[in-house]
Amino acid sequence: MFLLMRVEFHSVFPLRPARVHEVCGAGAMGFAAMAAQGPVLWIREAWLSDTLTPQGLLPLFDPMQLLQARPRDQTDALAVAEEALKDGALPHVVLEVTRPLDLREGRRLQLAAKAGGTTGLCIIPDGMGSNAAETRWRATPVFDLTREDSTLTHWEIIKNKSGTLGAWHVRWDQKESRLDVVSPVGERPGSAGTSG
Amino acid sequence: MWFPRLASDRVLRARPVDGPFALTLKADNAERIYCLNQAAERVGLSRSMSFADARAFCPDLISQPARPDLDRPFLAALRRWATRYCPWVGYEGADGLVLDVSGAAHLWGGESKMLADMRARATRAGLELRLGLGETRGAAWARAHFGDENTTLTELPVAALRLGDQMVTALQRLGLRRIGDLTAAARAPLARRFGPDLMLRLDQAMGHVSEPTTPESEPPHYAIRMSLPEPIGLTEDVMGITARLLTPLCDKLKAQEMGARSLCLTLRRVDQGCQQVELRLAAPMRDPHRILPLFERGVGAIDAGFGIDQIRFEATLVEPLPVQQIGSRQTSPDQLNDLITRIGTRIGLENVQRFLPADSHIPEHAFSIAPAAYSRPESGWYAPRPRPLRLFPPEAISVTGSQPPAQFRWRRMRLTVGRTIGPERIAPEWWLPDDNWRSGLRDYWKVDTREGRRLWLFYTPQNPGWFVQGEFA
Repeated sequence: MFLLMRVEFHSVFPLRPARVHEVCGAGAMGFAAMAAQGPVLWIREAWLSDTLTPQGLLPLFDPMQLLQARPRDQTDALAVAEEALKDGALPHVVLEVTRPLDLREGRRLQLAAKAGGTTGLCIIPDGMGSNAAETRWRATPVFDLTREDSTLTHWEIIKNKSGTLGAWHVRWDQKESRLDVVSPVGERPGSAGTSG
Repeated sequence: MWFPRLASDRVLRARPVDGPFALTLKADNAERIYCLNQAAERVGLSRSMSFADARAFCPDLISQPARPDLDRPFLAALRRWATRYCPWVGYEGADGLVLDVSGAAHLWGGESKMLADMRARATRAGLELRLGLGETRGAAWARAHFGDENTTLTELPVAALRLGDQMVTALQRLGLRRIGDLTAAARAPLARRFGPDLMLRLDQAMGHVSEPTTPESEPPHYAIRMSLPEPIGLTEDVMGITARLLTPLCDKLKAQEMGARSLCLTLRRVDQGCQQVELRLAAPMRDPHRILPLFERGVGAIDAGFGIDQIRFEATLVEPLPVQQIGSRQTSPDQLNDLITRIGTRIGLENVQRFLPADSHIPEHAFSIAPAAYSRPESGWYAPRPRPLRLFPPEAISVTGSQPPAQFRWRRMRLTVGRTIGPERIAPEWWLPDDNWRSGLRDYWKVDTREGRRLWLFYTPQNPGWFVQGEFA
């Protein structure tokens, strides 16, 4: 075990507004849906063959609030993201990144988010983040012995510009539409095998 | 002005035919002749004759289905043309125009010369035209339909008074065949027998009761242009001119309570080449200072060549946009529409989408994707069973048996099954052809793996095989 300085969950989630954050891992889409409450623009490149399903989003997020942009390539995707972040008409912008962002692109998104007062979230493939991101998370789904309809996920903050790192097990409470922090990661049985 | 063969003349103008020609319209489950040319009338065909009879009479009849929806715009075009004779032009039924030529005939050198000019131009255009000129609208109608401009009104049959068929038959039974017979008869018994309508029509024709013509107003035209004394080439200059054109155009839109949905800026170059900048808006708009920045991207991409000397600005699509109360309320819908427009100009307006519920139990058809600019958000989402957050095209995994496996490989990962929930059987919608569902029934299983990932697998019992189709949150 390594020593972990605990950071309180409520100080890092909900994500700090007017900043751009990043998330990677297999549970990244779920993370984005849980983080973005309220109107959101979801930017996915047109060639991606998988689709978001509104019925799947339904427990996490009202599909009425969702707008989806399908740009041709990442250049257009970044332009759309910058435009939407700067405008501020939609409080959340989710961008699916397919190739690594460099510092300049990350910084431009960060400035746009600051100008518009909006929260940006980039879903990145593992290890393709930009140094300009405010926080970077890794979300990994975890097998839950106890419940059938569980959305138990291991959330780990792996980069934090204004604080320390931390890790939690969270589960979405569908009835109350809120996120429950289950218990600290070290104390759970069966968590040793997950990526930590 | 009466165009007795408006519909067939319209078709024959585009594609002349020698010999009998008729337009047919389906009415009461039978094809009937709607309009026909003179050659067809000569061989004994008539309107509202059934098409089968007509074919028997005249085997070499050429026919086409009638398009009454296209005849109306054609008449509107003729109305616009007729304003060259006088400014007061209205419609008279579906195939006529009424012109109030009082005080306009002398410009053509008298009434007869004006009528001759009308006739000559109509003949040149390939239209059969019957003209009637009278002191009253009723008299003109009677002469156009039942005589020529020289017949006296009293000699015409009573049908020329724009009466119903029944009334005409009843009048003829009484021996009143001509308008002259009617004027000579006593009014009171006629009014008692036939109602006020007959007397009204008679008085209108004779000029005792006035009947105004109602001219159609020109539909407003939302375009404006400017010719420049010297060609220009700088982007700022073009934007400056655009701003100057935009202000009066927007004023006009405002006066009509309309908003532009689509705008087109045409730039004509010195070498006669034309370049266009098109702008489609997510919502109707008429604020110059909001529209102008949206053109910056398009104008920046223009190749000015040797310079631009004429600029035309047109609102190609307009929608009603009533004036609204300005309040302290945040104008968030406007802001969102502006954003959609801006994103849409970059990636195409149809690529900004929203999900709408659809009625299907096939998971990938249970929602539809519509352009956000042309749809409204809809509630009414429901999922009877948990559905995956993400669907992908089915990926085959090498597993056998109808029960979920204990272990399988997917995307180069070895996964151990921890829990399975299912099966949920979904049958293909046989009434919709869908190649992806060729393999028949599907038994869906939600599979929670020990590694954490929660996948949506299906088994096709009719065509044994296992596939991964989605992933849960």
